[in-house]
Amino acid sequence: MEDVVAYKVTERTNVRHITDREGLLGALFLLPAVVYIIALVGIPFLLAIAFSLSDVTVGDTSLDFVGLQNFSRVIKTPQFQRSLVNTFAFTLIAQVVIIVLANILAVVLAEDFRGKWIARMLIMLPWATPIALGTIGWFWFLDSKFSPIDWVLQAVGLLGPGTLLGPGRHMVYLGREWLAMASVITVQVWRLLPLAAVILMAAFTSIDRDLIDQAEVDGASFWRIHFQVKIPLILPILYISLLFSLITMFGDMVVVYVLTRGGPVYYTQVLATWAYFKGIEGGSLSEGAAIALFLFPLLLAVAILILRAARRMEIN
Amino acid sequence: MGTKRKGVNRIITYILLISFCLFSACPFLVMVINTFKQDLDLYRPQNNPFIYNEPPTLDHLRLLFFETNYTTFMWNSFVVGMLVVIITLVIAVPAAYSLARLVGRWGEQAGIGMFLVYLVPPTLLFIPLFRMVVAFGLNDSFWALVLVYPTISIPFSTWLLMGFFKSIPRDLEEAAMVDGHSRFMAFVKVVMPLSLSGVIAVVVFTFTLTLHEFIYALAFVSSSAQRTLSVGVPIELIRGDVFFWQSLLAAAVLIAIPVGIVYNFFLDRLVEGFTAGAVKG
Repeated sequence: MEDVVAYKVTERTNVRHITDREGLLGALFLLPAVVYIIALVGIPFLLAIAFSLSDVTVGDTSLDFVGLQNFSRVIKTPQFQRSLVNTFAFTLIAQVVIIVLANILAVVLAEDFRGKWIARMLIMLPWATPIALGTIGWFWFLDSKFSPIDWVLQAVGLLGPGTLLGPGRHMVYLGREWLAMASVITVQVWRLLPLAAVILMAAFTSIDRDLIDQAEVDGASFWRIHFQVKIPLILPILYISLLFSLITMFGDMVVVYVLTRGGPVYYTQVLATWAYFKGIEGGSLSEGAAIALFLFPLLLAVAILILRAARRMEIN
Repeated sequence: MGTKRKGVNRIITYILLISFCLFSACPFLVMVINTFKQDLDLYRPQNNPFIYNEPPTLDHLRLLFFETNYTTFMWNSFVVGMLVVIITLVIAVPAAYSLARLVGRWGEQAGIGMFLVYLVPPTLLFIPLFRMVVAFGLNDSFWALVLVYPTISIPFSTWLLMGFFKSIPRDLEEAAMVDGHSRFMAFVKVVMPLSLSGVIAVVVFTFTLTLHEFIYALAFVSSSAQRTLSVGVPIELIRGDVFFWQSLLAAAVLIAIPVGIVYNFFLDRLVEGFTAGAVKG
């Protein structure tokens, strides 16, 4: 009996002993995450690099080392070059639009008005829909024959024979180079704007009210307060929000895959879709991996820059 | 002067608000309308797309619910989402606390390293991951997704929660430890209750991620009964060149509205968690 008690006591103190040793507890806490990431990100990542340096295809899965051949072959194709340019251009334009619109929306949503709850929900809807299904909704919206936008344009006399937008009865948004590119950017803005807006809204509401009152007493205008008081205060959060939507968009293939499949021709192709089409639908795993590998260092550089900028702000 | 200006501001606010709501919600409005449209009505370009030119019909909802696996997809998405949320919390919460408090100076670097893992694009990983999934015998089942999705959610969640834990004053845990609690109990009893917003942010982000994810879901699961919404719906309702438009759009809006409402309830906590975590990380 006493033995049991004594055993229990020592066991308890042992347990306490372990949980009190911070380094050990820290390692124990960290271990599952590290194991998971090494097994399911680290190893596949190395395999992907191996693929990109080999001649592996869906048909012939043996890995023969070919050096940087895949990269040099891939880089030369016009599809890749266009994808690279598009990835940057689409992301850059969409992010600028998102930041501007999210600022306006955040200011508007910070006001008190009736029906705020429902307005907020309507604005959040795009984020609550699986992106593939949301994009299918847009696919209907931009349909070459049945687009409701075309119908509205016709109804107000902007589209159709003898009108401003031309003799055709349809805009064929996804069939023309510039309109297709604009469509891809619009859908990306549509789905990333809600989150950016609510994050900025939260940031604005967290600002100390006294600072703004003080600026108002000093006679600063609305715009001046917005750009010279509020924005600098929330800059770290703005950066993080930017980073988040940038990462989501940069690696995304769904919008282009559903909307245009990279077309017309390859004018809306981005790196993520081109890697998929080449590597999976085209069966050349090695070239697909080489294309996808281009994404990572680019994203890495951008992310480190933004994280550093946000950190510096925070310290100041 | 003052009241007049306020009135003008109010009008501008409303105009902006309505424009934004239209931009966000218009596709959904058309989805709702189209759900009940007869083919005769829908496929005539001169018809007004915003009203019913022919009597509405329930046929397309019937098709969606009784002739496709839609309800199965919903259930699969829900189960996958919940399992991934649980796995993510179980692994990311301790890891984040460890990086924030226990491992000392290099926790910071490790946290940023964690975030960088989040940058590795799925397009790069999914070819090798596919081989691993096959090796585990999980291909053709949604368990493949349960296994793989945490690779995206754990790095991000760990980074976010790490920032969140750092924003909690150390004194609180130290006081608990002085009172005789172990470090572990101080974490459970003092830190966790204060971290609800961070945990909610992680739950919502992880769930959203599983709901949106497309590439892995497309590549790893090929039997219909195991698919999730984002892939199952388009595959069942786009057959070759034939789009079952009304049912497709209904499938999208029937997910968007309930999920949108639930998110709206958690929105303030979510955003609080996100901003607190992100800035300190």
